[in-house]
Amino acid sequence: MQSSTIKKNLYNVGAILKGLSITFGYMFRKRPTIQYPSVKKQHAPRFHGLHELRRYGDGQERCIGCELCSSACPANAITVIGAENAPGDRVSPGERHAARYEIDELRCIFCGMCEEACPTDAIVLTPRFEMADYRRGSFIYDKDRLLVPIDAGVGAAPDERPGGIPGDLGRVADIKSTTDVAEGYSATWRGEILKTQRRGLASQ
Amino acid sequence: MTMSTQPLTPEIVSQEGNAMVLSMGPQHPSTHGVLQIMLEIEGETVVKAEPEIGYLHTGIEKTAENLFWSQAQTVIERMDYLAPESNSLCYALAVERLLGITDGIPERARVIRVLFMELTRIASHCVWLGTHGIDLGAISVFFYCFDLRENILDLQEAAGGARMHPNYVRVGGLNGDLPNGFLAKLDAFIEKFPGRMRDLRGLLQANPIFQDRTIGVGILSPEAALEWNVTGPSLRGSGIGYDVRKAFPYTGYDSYDFDVPVRSEGDAYARFLVRLDEMEQSHRIVEQARRRLDTPGPVLIDDPKVTAPPKETIALSMEALIHHFKIVSEGFRVPPGDVYQSVESPRGELGYYVVSTGGNRPYRIRTRPPSMYNLQSVKGLAPGNLIADLVVILGSLDPVFGEVDR
Ligand code: SF4
Ligand code: SF4
Repeated sequence: MQSSTIKKNLYNVGAILKGLSITFGYMFRKRPTIQYPSVKKQHAPRFHGLHELRRYGDGQERCIGCELCSSACPANAITVIGAENAPGDRVSPGERHAARYEIDELRCIFCGMCEEACPTDAIVLTPRFEMADYRRGSFIYDKDRLLVPIDAGVGAAPDERPGGIPGDLGRVADIKSTTDVAEGYSATWRGEILKTQRRGLASQ
Repeated sequence: MTMSTQPLTPEIVSQEGNAMVLSMGPQHPSTHGVLQIMLEIEGETVVKAEPEIGYLHTGIEKTAENLFWSQAQTVIERMDYLAPESNSLCYALAVERLLGITDGIPERARVIRVLFMELTRIASHCVWLGTHGIDLGAISVFFYCFDLRENILDLQEAAGGARMHPNYVRVGGLNGDLPNGFLAKLDAFIEKFPGRMRDLRGLLQANPIFQDRTIGVGILSPEAALEWNVTGPSLRGSGIGYDVRKAFPYTGYDSYDFDVPVRSEGDAYARFLVRLDEMEQSHRIVEQARRRLDTPGPVLIDDPKVTAPPKETIALSMEALIHHFKIVSEGFRVPPGDVYQSVESPRGELGYYVVSTGGNRPYRIRTRPPSMYNLQSVKGLAPGNLIADLVVILGSLDPVFGEVDR
């Protein structure tokens, strides 16, 4: 065999051995794979996931049916039909509330503009991302599924305040920015639930 | 063999004697998306190749005409889905020029924009390197690249809220400052990058199989590159050092210290080396941008014509409330005019030609997608090569079909 061929072969073997040694080294490193679904990925506080409609601490709905979210939505995913509050049996503080509120999560592109548009911080995006289902109809989330439970509300309703507008506006965005990204839960009810679930999984 | 101008169909080719027609794609895994290439082959050799595009047509340009200027951002970001920030930044820069607020963008917003442009370039090149490797049978590279990319997606998610389409860069600045804990994550990435890059180079650069498959394959001469309007790393692999960041600096790129890697061979291996070098240069820029992030400051222009007031002020003043309603329900208006703005996306010169008639929606947004022009050069590169080499050529041009078809 010619010496140049031998040299080339040696070089080739050397290069391949080098590659093998790199992959071999990776066997002993920390694995980045997450064993989903038994372990769930930690999402950032700002994560754009499934929506939720929030309430005030006294159980009243925050949404006043103003339709700003639906006009801000680039995907036309939100339908709001507003109605007057009946005196004595009010759904939300103020004059109006959303009689119907629906988000088509198949149309939604999770841009977060509804949350930015809402003047009462009623609609917020949560870190929940598992929405898979078998039927298209199941992706139309109505108030039943969007509203948080009655005892999961936050903030004082504006009726008790002068001016008629809630005082904790911008708090959601604020909490989402100030929570450490490594902490990873958001200011929302679903975010809290996810966090407890994660804790449970971690301790198992 | 006569070259017909009609699209290649089996009927036409069956009249041409020896040749056989092979439709590669649109579901072929190595076409990186939904590209169909009609090939005329003799044995294993390609005689003629005709890329058929349009399988991923989504009508984004048209959709954008029906949205407010601010909403259009969300769909435009989806063109080049591997580098969302380059789309949104280019669009934002164009609209800002029409509005005449380019000089008013806060310094911190400009630094963060550069930061994400370069992070997104690394992330996009990671996908290219991983898939290019897997096309040639190098599977480990794919995993290491995607692990590295995952770190960048985490950063994007932390800042903008989504892994792929964060809708973070906005007209007038950014949607919110960096969240708490972001810089620690960024530092970890900056630290991890050089080692991972060494491994990736070690796996492929000197690998004889990889070299055999790429050296001398798909040689694009500088003249041909210019003729096909090729830009980006594919052009720089052919010896022409055109980079929009240097030629027409935007959003403060002239104040960063970086090189534009150029190779003169023009083959697939040269394009591979240029992209690897580019990732390292991007890392340099990221490091410089990181140092500038210690100074706090606003990230959104304070211009009531364009931006809504901070939400907490809505509770305090009626003017702020009305202003908020106005901006959200009818958007902002842009003075009539037209402007062409380009940025250096990971694939080349990405440009938007934006026309306004003075309304609150764009009249027309025309894209110059770098992938589309780069892809057309396959026509000239493929003939004479083996089918297996066509896969290499395609991979080395790195087209993204969301952008080609829009
Ligand atoms: S996240 Fe975006 S697309 Fe989805 S409902 Fe809200 S505004 Fe519409
Ligand atoms: S969710 Fe907010 S923006 Fe939408 S209708 Fe209710 S109050 Fe208005």
